[in-house]
Amino acid sequence: MSKGTISILQLYPREMNIYGDWGNVLVLKQRLAWHGYDAVISEHNAGDSFPDDADLIVGGGGQDSGQLVIQQDLQAIGPRLRGLAEDGQPMLAICGLYQLFGRFFRTVDGTVIPGIGVLDLETHGGKERLIGNVVATSGEFGEIHGYENHSGQTFLGAGVTPLATVTKGEGNNARDNHEGARHHNVVASYLHGSLLPKNPAIADFLIRTAVERKYGTFEPGEVDDTLADLARRHAGSRPR
Amino acid sequence: MNPLSVLVGKAVRRASRLRGGGSALPGLVVERLDPGFMGRALSTLEHGVMVVSGTNGKTTTTKMVVELLEGQGLRVFTNRTGSNFTRGVAAALLGEVDWRGRLNADIAVLELDEAHAVHFVNLVRPKYSLLLNVLRDQLDRFGEIDATTRLLGKIAAATTGTVILNREDPRVAGLAPTVRDAGVVYFGLDPSLRSTFPNDDELRGATGVPAPSDLPADVVLEQVEGNGAVFGVGGKSVPADLRLRGVYNIFNAAAALAAARTALGGAADDDALFASLSAVEPAFGRGESVTVDGQPLELVLVKNPSGFRLGLKSFDPAGHATLIAINDNYADGRDMSWLWDVDFDSLRAAGVDLVTGVRAYDMALRLKYDDVEVRGIEPEIPAALKAFVAGSPGQPKRIFCTYTAMLAVRRELSKITTVEVVS
Repeated sequence: MSKGTISILQLYPREMNIYGDWGNVLVLKQRLAWHGYDAVISEHNAGDSFPDDADLIVGGGGQDSGQLVIQQDLQAIGPRLRGLAEDGQPMLAICGLYQLFGRFFRTVDGTVIPGIGVLDLETHGGKERLIGNVVATSGEFGEIHGYENHSGQTFLGAGVTPLATVTKGEGNNARDNHEGARHHNVVASYLHGSLLPKNPAIADFLIRTAVERKYGTFEPGEVDDTLADLARRHAGSRPR
Repeated sequence: MNPLSVLVGKAVRRASRLRGGGSALPGLVVERLDPGFMGRALSTLEHGVMVVSGTNGKTTTTKMVVELLEGQGLRVFTNRTGSNFTRGVAAALLGEVDWRGRLNADIAVLELDEAHAVHFVNLVRPKYSLLLNVLRDQLDRFGEIDATTRLLGKIAAATTGTVILNREDPRVAGLAPTVRDAGVVYFGLDPSLRSTFPNDDELRGATGVPAPSDLPADVVLEQVEGNGAVFGVGGKSVPADLRLRGVYNIFNAAAALAAARTALGGAADDDALFASLSAVEPAFGRGESVTVDGQPLELVLVKNPSGFRLGLKSFDPAGHATLIAINDNYADGRDMSWLWDVDFDSLRAAGVDLVTGVRAYDMALRLKYDDVEVRGIEPEIPAALKAFVAGSPGQPKRIFCTYTAMLAVRRELSKITTVEVVS
């Protein structure tokens, strides 16, 4: 018998899906099932009216051209997302949407693309792409494994904390050793791979938070993460 | 002419083949010694040079174009090893030129990786270019799909005769305005087949930019039924039976027909073209079939999400033992995200016997999240192949493999069966 139903909302899956972002949604859906909950997956695309019933919001990365397509709509729903984030709504923002969840993105030629200010951070376009395997450590989630591929370099403000500290790779930028950002129940990261399959601790944090907000308590099920552990161990031994 | 660099290059080529080593090293040596070698050798060809590029299908399509043109009596030079970097072309040239650096051929048909094709066309302007598709692949190398599209645009711009474009891929068809000095010819699909070949925007259910599909196409793939197909050529519908496996190869055949017809000008003998097409065998690792223990074993190369999807769609898993081999070496792409853009539902009923390769556990994890049973995991390819063959006696077998995993699998297979040697 189902312990409850969680609504997962994908932000702009048509344009923002470039590095296997579907994997994050699939992992949330399947782990909810393994924990005994049902999942309903819906999409918000440019021009749609923003739904009231989302319990968990997931957004991915896109190409520069894709980010232009969603820009106006994202600005329109920005206040709603800010309000939800401040209220403790769990969200996962990867790569392109991580950048746009910040205050602004300044491109190499000086153009400023406004973000929606869910997260206190800014991103500056770089000439070099930061590409490769990443290992980072987090007090909250342990070791995090993923793959980065971005030219924007992100710098955190005082209103957010880093998700993790990089031990291999670059993470947010080529200067400090921060990777990703945390604010209330928002998890933001440059890492794909996809992020959640090999980092089930983050997936279960998002699930637990969504369930607790909706039902008061979360009753986890038995989930076998042996394969994720093995995949993590192998990923950690690969070249940059 | 520089006979010395040719002789040195040929010597290195012989030496590295004796060692069983890489196919591109002698090309590297001759590039260093004599940077003008390739341009000189290719500039004398009567019908010029054709470059074949795009994300998927380069090797098979190049092989088809070569055999179609040979069937019309042309002597064709090509880079057969799948070493599609500039130095791979130089290495292949070394095997073919005489000691004065002259090539005994009428036309060169060259498969080139998108980035190396740009390097190549800066050295040698092609008369023809055949641009197949742009799909997400090796984003760790190219950054963005749109960046890959710009690379193909440079090939189109450098082409002097005719650019042959895929009408159904909006990124490729959109290159037409960038063609400067050449004509444009299209190949395409009947509208009823379009959903079989999603472009990159459609991979995740988006409708994307609609392709400008009312453009007139020289060759249209009209129907596919198993290995049989109907092609629309010059207003006629022509049925053909192919030895190639997989729907994607059949669309590549339309591309190859359009390219060969273009290169032949008005002189194409369409009946002979179709006779040649029906005789084309799969390129190595691309739906290639060998015999193991009296049973067929198929190798299906999977390099990116669309290729893997089309591979799964083309080959029915029922009754077959399945092995999946995933490596993450440079030539495969280091980022494993692409596995999450493939749906593996079609393997759920039969399950997967074994997964192998450096990223075997990533693959097993991916299958777990699609509820596909994995009966074994062995990261070492030689051990996995042994177990796979021993574990499925009397059963046809199929191996889906990334590029370097395919090379490793073929190496192991050559110890137990006859595998065509490609050099």
